[in-house]
Amino acid sequence: MKLDPKIPSGPLEEKWNRHKNEINLVSPNNKRKHHIIVVGTGLAGASAAASLAELGYNVSAFCIQDSGRRAHSIAAQGGINAAKNYQNDGDSVWRLFYDTIKGGDYRSREANVYRLAENSNNIIDQAVAQGVPFGREYGGLLDNRSFGGAQVSRTFYSRGQTGQQLLLGAYQAMMKEVHSGKIKYFPRHEMLDLVVVDGKARGIISRDLVSGEVMKFQADAVVLCTGGYGNVFYLSTNAKNSNVTAAWRCHKRGAAFANPCFVQIHPTCIPVSGDYQSKLTLMSESLRNDGRVWVPKKKGDKRPPNEIPEDERYYYLEERYPSFGNLVPRDVASRNAKMVTDDGMGVGSSGLAVYLDFRDAIKRDGEDVIRAKYGNLFDMYQNITDENPYKTPMRIFPAVHYTMGGLWVDYNLMSNIPGLFVAGEANFSDHGANRLGASALMQGLSDGYFIVPYTIGDYLAGNEVPKISTDHDAFKEAESTASGQLDKLLAVKGDKTIIEFHRELGKIMWDKVGISRSKEGLESAVKEIRKLRDEFWQNVRVPGEKNYYNKYLEFAARVADYFELAELMALDALDRNESCGCHLRDEYQTEEGEAIRNDKDYSYVSAWEYLGVNGKLETKIHKEPLEFEFVELKQRSYK
Amino acid sequence: MSTMTIKLKIWRQKNSHDPGHFEDYKLDDVNEHMSFLEMLDVLNENLIKEGTDPVEFDYDCREGICGSCNLVINGRAHGPKHMTAVCQLHMREYNNGDTIVIEPPRAAAFPVIKDLVVDRSAFDRIIEAGGYVSVKTGAAPEANLIPVPQDTSNIAFDYATCIGCGACVAACPNSSASLFTGAKIAHLNSLPQGQPERDKRTIAMVNQMEKEGFGDCSNFAECEAVCPVGISIASIAEMRKDYVKAIF
Repeated sequence: MKLDPKIPSGPLEEKWNRHKNEINLVSPNNKRKHHIIVVGTGLAGASAAASLAELGYNVSAFCIQDSGRRAHSIAAQGGINAAKNYQNDGDSVWRLFYDTIKGGDYRSREANVYRLAENSNNIIDQAVAQGVPFGREYGGLLDNRSFGGAQVSRTFYSRGQTGQQLLLGAYQAMMKEVHSGKIKYFPRHEMLDLVVVDGKARGIISRDLVSGEVMKFQADAVVLCTGGYGNVFYLSTNAKNSNVTAAWRCHKRGAAFANPCFVQIHPTCIPVSGDYQSKLTLMSESLRNDGRVWVPKKKGDKRPPNEIPEDERYYYLEERYPSFGNLVPRDVASRNAKMVTDDGMGVGSSGLAVYLDFRDAIKRDGEDVIRAKYGNLFDMYQNITDENPYKTPMRIFPAVHYTMGGLWVDYNLMSNIPGLFVAGEANFSDHGANRLGASALMQGLSDGYFIVPYTIGDYLAGNEVPKISTDHDAFKEAESTASGQLDKLLAVKGDKTIIEFHRELGKIMWDKVGISRSKEGLESAVKEIRKLRDEFWQNVRVPGEKNYYNKYLEFAARVADYFELAELMALDALDRNESCGCHLRDEYQTEEGEAIRNDKDYSYVSAWEYLGVNGKLETKIHKEPLEFEFVELKQRSYK
Repeated sequence: MSTMTIKLKIWRQKNSHDPGHFEDYKLDDVNEHMSFLEMLDVLNENLIKEGTDPVEFDYDCREGICGSCNLVINGRAHGPKHMTAVCQLHMREYNNGDTIVIEPPRAAAFPVIKDLVVDRSAFDRIIEAGGYVSVKTGAAPEANLIPVPQDTSNIAFDYATCIGCGACVAACPNSSASLFTGAKIAHLNSLPQGQPERDKRTIAMVNQMEKEGFGDCSNFAECEAVCPVGISIASIAEMRKDYVKAIF
């Protein structure tokens, strides 16, 4: 396996422009001869599909939901970063780049991150022109708020529904091209395999989720925008249908999987209430602008929060990190929440929660101001917990939220399988070991609107993609593999449900491959995962048949893939003998619990090659060294 | 923490050709902190263990924003709680021994796929007809060159917040999609960016709504009452005003 990141030479600020000027173009009358498949219609997928269709390509867009508008990007709450410097607070493309690469704990590529910061301003322009209703000031110009890991105000927002509004903008742009006939639209379709012919991605196998039919689709290139794999933990803030299957099946066809152990645990989520719990709900990071995080100083203090006097409260983030306070990056906030609850200072019936308190902000600004800023989030909290956050502090706890790891891509966002492009959360490219708040929306749209439409042209102009029929043997083989796996799952007819298996897998992952990891824990996780995976294939009960709408069959196939991915995540975490960003190894931390990074030995992207599963996952690591020419590597400090 | 026994009457329908029927179920140990959909998850776990086909229903984000879930509970779209999608409804709204009737949203334009899952692709086609500003990627001017008064932006946001669940259609005696269509028209037509295509958009979307087999609006306002995000029927007034202006 050869992994060439193809980073253009030259000064950082000229790389992308120079690259755009030098890459191959496809002429307008040739674009219409090409067919491109886009899988997933979240921010990355919808924006890529719309932009490619506008350029004149024929596009087929697939999504698993009943409409492209429901992709999980819709749930992003807080905002999207851009280096507009509208606040005149000294922001710049360089600062956004620097904050992002530092926030990622120096485990991402300089050139990719700089390009992301450059594109950020174009995204805001594009969204505003589409009619996305961003928050505005009285004068009619755009407003900003602050987010973690930055000392400037650069986050654009639509109340607490920024993801929804940006996604609807991209979805509408996509529907415009469905109307023009340039996009064929396939909702309720799930990609089950990638078809590789002569070493190039030439199509997909997809299941029509209504009829159950497994179908073959040919293309000149495939763009995978299928999101992250947080649901491997069973409980996460991801939507129930978010899954790794499309990406994992590409991995099994030869695409390298990069940094699988980099999982972001978001510090502000509503705590678990019982075994029946099906998902966790995020409370936007923007709340940390005004909410103060604390726990009682006394261990096991069961008094109601409002009866605990000021001097008996431990505002641990403000005390430990005076310059960033409650706005430290997510990994730091999550780790500290775990530390105080491990020390017995946690609150709520389970003791696995900390307070996020708005008392002082309400006293300072008035309830109306707080309601205008966060009204929908407060309502959501009250709906779920039956507690009024205007009167009593929120209880929050970290939960799995985002995966920085994903399929390996080069600077052109192409995987090591030529013709397979990967965009948005599905790739590994921009966030290193930790993603800053309000950067996921930015990356999805940067990839989809402003990168893939250029780089795909370069690929199509520079490579032979001969006409191919879906009668080709490679299509037949992939179709029968996909179909055969469904038959195999249905044939087990065991005693344990899919959810029972998934919940058990999730517990292993949360306990041993979660907020903190150790060599011993990871080694035992690998063994437990293997054992449970074998049991799954012998004892899972999948209801119904495959030739009609069958949600639990979809889940079964996804859980089967999680069982393989889970082992890879543990192996990757074992390989990385350092702490960086969200990856905290107990063995590598200071006495105060700060991460100890090891740049000398671990300044690389781990890219794993799939070799098979036979009792254990057979896999091989490849290392792409990360070179830093423009920033100096420092131990992160938010003190 | 108290637990309840709940009786369920659920619509079962194999496919769009099957006439469908209600089936009775009983569920013990329902926890008050469960969400309504988690209660159905538990029912399905029981059914799978018994060897019966589980009840199919649509859901995804389970935090009230994706618009996938759309059950009609005891005759009311999204159930008893005002401005709450069914995924955000919790069992604490119910009492021990309650009987709950669960149906799909019923409308000719929303054919049933299986059990409680319906085909809402008509909504996609209404947006496809004109629910956008035709701006190509890369062609946008600097964002602050388009000032929008804060009030206007807030009004546009209130309409844009529609989650496309279809509760409005289920609640309407005419099965009209006027609230859904009006919300998108009012969102885009209220903004400066939406002006160039205002007339074209309004006519195209209204015509598509009719073509899909949705009824017309008779001002019952049942739609607003069940809308989980509180879209106002003022959007329908905006749509009609703009439609009349556009055709003359």
